Amino acid sequence: MLSIKNLRAGIEGKEIIKGFNLEVKAGEVHAIMGPNGSGKSTLSNILAGREDYLVSSGEVSFNGKDLLDMSPEDRAREGLFLAFQYPIEIPGVSNINFLKTAINEIRAYKGLGPMEAKDFLKLIKEKQALVELQGSLAGRSVNEGFSGGEKKRNEIFQMAVLEPTLAILDETDSGLDIDALRIVANGVNKLRSADRSFIVITHYQRLLDYIVPDFVHVLYDGVIVKSGTKELALELEEKGYDWIKKEVVEA
Amino acid sequence: MIAAEKISSTGKLVSDFEEVKKTLPGNSFVQNIRQKAIESFAELGIPARKNEEYKYSNVQKLFADTVTLSVAEAPFSNISIQKYLIPNLDAHTVVLANGVFSEELSSLKNLDKSIVVSSLQNAFEKHPELIEKCFSKCADINSDAFIALNTAYAADGIFISVPDNILVEKPIHIINLIAAKESTLFFPRNLFVVGKNAQVQLVETFETHDLPVKAISDSVTEIAVDENAKVQYYRLQNDCENGQQINTVCASQQKNSHFDTNTVTLSGGWIRNNLNIALNGENCETHLNGLFITSDTQHVDNHTLVDHRKPHCESNQTYKGILDEKSTGIFNGKIFVQRDAQKTNAYQSSKNILLSDDATINTKPQLEIYADDVKCSHGSSTGKIDDDALFYLRARGLGIASARKLLLHAFVNDVMQTIRINALREYLETLIHKKLGE
Ligand SMILES: Nc1ncnc2c1ncn2[C@@H]1O[C@H](COP(=O)(O)OP(=O)(O)OP(=O)(O)O)[C@@H](O)[C@H]1O
Ligand SMILES: [Mg+2]
Repeated sequence: MLSIKNLRAGIEGKEIIKGFNLEVKAGEVHAIMGPNGSGKSTLSNILAGREDYLVSSGEVSFNGKDLLDMSPEDRAREGLFLAFQYPIEIPGVSNINFLKTAINEIRAYKGLGPMEAKDFLKLIKEKQALVELQGSLAGRSVNEGFSGGEKKRNEIFQMAVLEPTLAILDETDSGLDIDALRIVANGVNKLRSADRSFIVITHYQRLLDYIVPDFVHVLYDGVIVKSGTKELALELEEKGYDWIKKEVVEA
Repeated sequence: MIAAEKISSTGKLVSDFEEVKKTLPGNSFVQNIRQKAIESFAELGIPARKNEEYKYSNVQKLFADTVTLSVAEAPFSNISIQKYLIPNLDAHTVVLANGVFSEELSSLKNLDKSIVVSSLQNAFEKHPELIEKCFSKCADINSDAFIALNTAYAADGIFISVPDNILVEKPIHIINLIAAKESTLFFPRNLFVVGKNAQVQLVETFETHDLPVKAISDSVTEIAVDENAKVQYYRLQNDCENGQQINTVCASQQKNSHFDTNTVTLSGGWIRNNLNIALNGENCETHLNGLFITSDTQHVDNHTLVDHRKPHCESNQTYKGILDEKSTGIFNGKIFVQRDAQKTNAYQSSKNILLSDDATINTKPQLEIYADDVKCSHGSSTGKIDDDALFYLRARGLGIASARKLLLHAFVNDVMQTIRINALREYLETLIHKKLGE
């Protein structure tokens, strides 16, 4: 599904991603952990197509296509979704309205006609229920005046509506209360399927109790320095990152 | 009748007046005012570049191309106005052709008998008492050269009188049409008198019917809003690129009255709007909203003046501009709070988006506050489309064009929501959609 080979990228002359490799197969859930500033959000943004970052070398293929060659919208239309670490507020643009435009443009890209209004409404209702998002929030302007937790839930709601094949969740658990965490995790779990993959970026093992990953990677200073299974997350929770940093220095 | 004279300068306009005035309508009261007005114009002259009020709007250049003076002839009436009507707007329609009231093109059936909608000429004859009370009262001939020039030369326009306690059920739609084969200067003059406890919605649209050459319209509209009256006044400026306007609106409010106005400028080559509101009674409320979306080499200059003369009034201004290509915009908002006007609330905001590096906007708030117990604020911002927002939408699958459009619609949304006539708002939304889609 996603194959990242030796990716190097940065911003304003500063290299942040320093030779990154990752293979994600259909249906897999990968967790990426790592200290603040190690490059997790940078990686997510590069994958989503943020133009501020400069890719100096490496390859990224997504379902066999060259991802780095595509515009952000085409990446989304090909099935990539990024739940932002800090979702922005867009006053005046209604959630529903923009999702409808998004769905129809994605459909047009695939050669399909616009979705029937009643089908769209049904879809919205269904997905709202999935992430237990209040109806009033869906009808409001994108994230405007939403609490931190509501913004995160809205990201998952959008993901549920757009049904991507690869979803990157950048610290979606940060700022969620315990109930919201469970709801978001449930939402993700219900969307898990054999042809849908997830990259879950988190600082907390707790989320991984709910969304059980197939692999856990540690990103440190722009590269994956350790990979393992869900037990690695438990170990990190217990011991912190120092031992890994030490390993890196020694190696 | 007309005086077809070549003009190009202050001096010529002043000397031509001697001949033209013999043909102008109005009793001695009106003629007297005209005389004073031309004297004031002679003194003020066509404003030069160094005139602070016209610093960014070069009117000298506008008048440099010789123009023909048109004083009072409706040159066309055998046209269809269908395309100038607003879809689904159930309204009384009044047509001003080259600044002259056209009875044939207007449709005023079913208008309550007590309400007068007629030509200004007619009002000069039939309603001298209202003319003496309200004509040339809030538009001060000594304050601005174009008010003076219009007051001297204006031969016609629309007169509306809504008597006390009358609620006009349907909006009155005033359609301004301009057509000329030669570069012409027009002087439309309107007077709206709204009585105590009366209510009316006015929609004014500006269109060029057939204008292969440049024309200038120096128009003045006076609106007298009496105690406890409520007036909504919406304007859509949609001229072709040859249309040039110096458009002055002066409203005077008496106590407990509401005046809401909205100026939407979508096309037209060169536009200067002067919007002056005088709050002459306590507890008045006034909302001034504006929106301009410009492209090409369009020039749109909005000057507002809100004069708080009495206590406990509130004024609220929101102007938004989207400027593309080589267009230029100006927002200059003056707020005066006089010594008497305690407990004033006055707000002003001007926000602009530049879509091109060649577009420019100048914004200037001017607050002069002589009372001490007031709440005033102003803010202005100019920027580009928010890149983060654009990326967010694109990351959800929206193409760059529709993402931009959505963000620009969002930007103008609060101004659009102040338009309380649904058919008008929907019509404007379609026009805006088209304009942004170019
Ligand atoms: N636009 C930018 N300009 C300059 N430096 C940047 C920019 N974006 C990211 N960086 C730098 O790149 C490094 C990686 O940042 P990034 O946000 O990817 O970290 P992160 O792993 O997501 O951290 P966190 O866990 O705190 O979210 C940091 O040192 C950050 O300061
Ligand atoms: Mg981050």
